[in-house]
Parts: sequence; structure tokens; C-alpha cells
Amino acid sequence: MQKTYYDPSDLRKFGKITEWNEELGNKFFEYYGKVFEEGALTAREKSLIALAVAHTEQCPYCIDAYTKDGLQRGVTKEEMMEAIHVGAAIKSGATLVHGVQMMNKVNKLDG
Amino acid sequence: MATKSLKKRESDLANSNRQLQILSNGIFQNGELPTFKDKIAETNQFPLKAKKLEILQINVGYMCNQVCEHCHVDAGPDRKEIMTRETMQQCLEVIKNTGAHTLDLTGGAPEMNPDFRWFVEEAAKAGIKDFIVRSNLTIIRANKKYYDLPEFFKKHNVHVVSSMPHWTRGKTDKQRGDGVFDKSIKALQELNAVGYGMPDSDLRLDLVYNPSGAFLPGDQMAMEKDFKKGLMEDFSIQFHNLFAITNLPISRFLDYLIASENYEDYMYALVEAYNPAAVENVMCTNTLSISWDGYLFDCDFNQMLGLPVNSKAKHISEYNEELLEGRNIVISQHCYGCTAGAGSSCQGVVA
Ligand code: SF4
Ligand code: SF4
Repeated sequence: MQKTYYDPSDLRKFGKITEWNEELGNKFFEYYGKVFEEGALTAREKSLIALAVAHTEQCPYCIDAYTKDGLQRGVTKEEMMEAIHVGAAIKSGATLVHGVQMMNKVNKLDG
Repeated sequence: MATKSLKKRESDLANSNRQLQILSNGIFQNGELPTFKDKIAETNQFPLKAKKLEILQINVGYMCNQVCEHCHVDAGPDRKEIMTRETMQQCLEVIKNTGAHTLDLTGGAPEMNPDFRWFVEEAAKAGIKDFIVRSNLTIIRANKKYYDLPEFFKKHNVHVVSSMPHWTRGKTDKQRGDGVFDKSIKALQELNAVGYGMPDSDLRLDLVYNPSGAFLPGDQMAMEKDFKKGLMEDFSIQFHNLFAITNLPISRFLDYLIASENYEDYMYALVEAYNPAAVENVMCTNTLSISWDGYLFDCDFNQMLGLPVNSKAKHISEYNEELLEGRNIVISQHCYGCTAGAGSSCQGVVA
């Protein structure tokens, strides 16, 4: 029995999800591959977006994969950290902007 | 940052047999990953054979003014292996009689060999037209006696191929040592000043990028674009092409992979990136590597691993083109570094 939920070597097995549903699995990987191709955004820019989202999603596999991907593309650690702060700012902003909802409710109930 | 070679540190890994053992044991022995031989046999590419000789790559010595962390030569100021004029004479004899058209000088820092200039001049007289010098750039700024190297290169129309890990100071100095970035920039500007690397110039200046850690290089074209933009914007530097090459798991890079517990993941990454089409163009198929003491190898990497050519002619003094052509190349798992992605020898991926 494995003792942890996450195993780094599972990332290498990601492709195996197609074994239990080939059609949907393949469609997903095709889509995924297409998304990251050079387009209106460069592959480098997409990699940084992916890294930021990997953190807000807190997915250890994605963090592993897109840190490495960034290094491969010559992304510097300063760029990586800034990207993560963008993710963090949106996350905290999203939390705090709901404060307005709280304020509205207080004002309505206890105004 | 290392300051001494593995050899000087008397590291276990300074022994090439030890490196070869590591590359054959573990994940390759238990079948978790296929050996390089089995892998190329899948596409009927075993045995790998030498084609017609085009390039003589001569390692004129392991001495270097730098001690880069991941150097596959284990070079440094403390390495005393240097090619003598006598061995150079033997190389010149071969140059006169071979069909090879390119002479590729490497090291260490080849310019540190006291007979370096003499050798280039004599080789030019012997009919070599295409010279490549693998210059680490900082050597040009290391000592007054090297300041005129750009002019010397220009005089002999030497094709300069130089390592540049990144277009930013932080990443460069981490890999190659403090101060390397500033000196390299200065050297590149001086090369530009005499005409090297300028658009439409015949004076070829190419850069080699290799990753600073346990990851593979990204797309060569995209990296070239980023390098060009970075070096132009910040320093008005121009160059022709960028070669993105993969670090081979030998010598100081192997030492680093093991010490940082990246070895297995790195080998997985290399095997996953295996590209059968790249096997066709690995540099050993058209290059012969000659060590500082005149021995013959399929490539500089095999030289460092102490794997001699599989031929009766083992030394430059016994050189025989017919014997060497068609020989079986000596391979091991380090060869996966040459077949990852688009392929990795500086010759293989010329744009
Ligand atoms: S400059 Fe080249 S030869 Fe010298 S230590 Fe660095 S990688 Fe090795
Ligand atoms: S490491 Fe040497 S022998 Fe092996 S494929 Fe590369 S060039 Fe050929």
C-alpha cells in the first residue's frame, strides 16, 4: 500500500489515463498540446501562466512540470516568482473582493 | 562553485571506469530503462557506424582558466595535460593527407596551449580552410597576451563557437563562475567590433547554450530568439546562431546529477526524449576526436570516458582513413544525450 497520496513518479504515468478511456484521454491530450503551442501568446508566456495557475490550483504535479518547463525555456527564477505573485494577488483579491458581499449583508441586516 | 577539477579533488568519479559502471548499472541493468544499444536496435540502427570523415576535432589540452560546474572535460587551471608540438606535427601530417575539411579545436581552453597559434598557422598552410575554435570567451579577457585573439581569429577566418549559458548575469555566473558574465559580454563586444557575428559577415560567431542544471534544453529556435533579443537590448551584441545542446551525463555533470539526486530522473528524461531521427546525425558519424596525447576516439565524450576507437589504428601516428571509415562506434548510455529531442552535437543541428 502506498503511504502518501502523491508520488512524484506518478507524473510520468499521466499518459496512462488514456488506457481506461482512450477517446476522452486522447482528446484531452490533443487539446492540451494544442493549447501550449506557440500562438498569439508565445510558448514561454504560456508556460509562465501555467506556472502561476499551477500554484493557485496547488497541484504539485503541475508545479513540478512547469518549473522544469520554465527552466528549459530559459525563464529566470525572478520571472517565476513574479508570475506566482500574480496568481497569489488574484487569489487574495478574489477573497477580499467578497468582503463587499459581507459588508452588504451586514448593512442590510444590521444597518 | 567548484574551484578544482574532480581529478585534483581525487574524486571517485575522476575515474572513467567508475563513470561507465554507473551508466551501466541500476536502472539500465534491471531493465527499468533500455540500454542505448537496445534502443537504437529497435530501429535497426545498431551498430552505429562511422561514415566519411569530415571533421577532425582535436583536444589540445585539458587546461582551462575556468572551472565550470558541469564541465564534461573536468577541465581547470590544475589540469596539466597539454598537446605537444610533436603530437601537433603528427596531426598536421594527417591533415595533409585526409579528406577532412574542418579542423575543430577544443580543450579546456584551446588558446592556453602555448603552441595554439603556431598550430592554426601551420594547419592553414597545410590546406585547412574551415577552422572551428571552441572559445570560452573569458580567455580573451583573462590576460593581456590573449587580448588580440579576436584579430588572430579574424586573420585565419576562424569560426568561433562559444558557450553562453544565459543572457542574464545571474544564471551565467551560477554555472560558470563569478565575473564570467561580464567578461563574456566584453569578449563578445570585442568580437563584434572586428566583424564577428554581424549580419552578413563571413566571420562566424555562434553561441552554445547548455542548461545550467538537471533539465533538457528547450526549443533551439525560441532560445535563439530570446538570446538575440536579450543580448541586443542590453549590450548591443550580435551573433549568428545559437546551438542548444544537452548535457551528457559524464564527468562533473554526472557528479552533480548524483550528488543532487537527479541522476535517475535525468536519465528518464533523456530516454523519453529519444529521437531515432537524431541518431542519423550524431557527430561521431563524421568526426574523429584526438586527445592531447594523440589517441583517437569517436567523440570528445568517449575520450573523457576513456573509450578508444574500435579500430586497429588507435593513435594519430597510426592513422589510416580506410581502417577508420565504417568502424563501429563505441556506445554507452551517455549517448542518449546526443539523441534527445532535435539532437545535440554542435554540427548536427546547424540551422
Ligand atoms: S570553459 Fe569549457 S572547458 Fe573550461 S571548465 Fe568551462 S566547460 Fe570546461
Ligand atoms: S556520445 Fe559520442 S559516441 Fe555516443 S552518440 Fe554521442 S557522439 Fe556518438
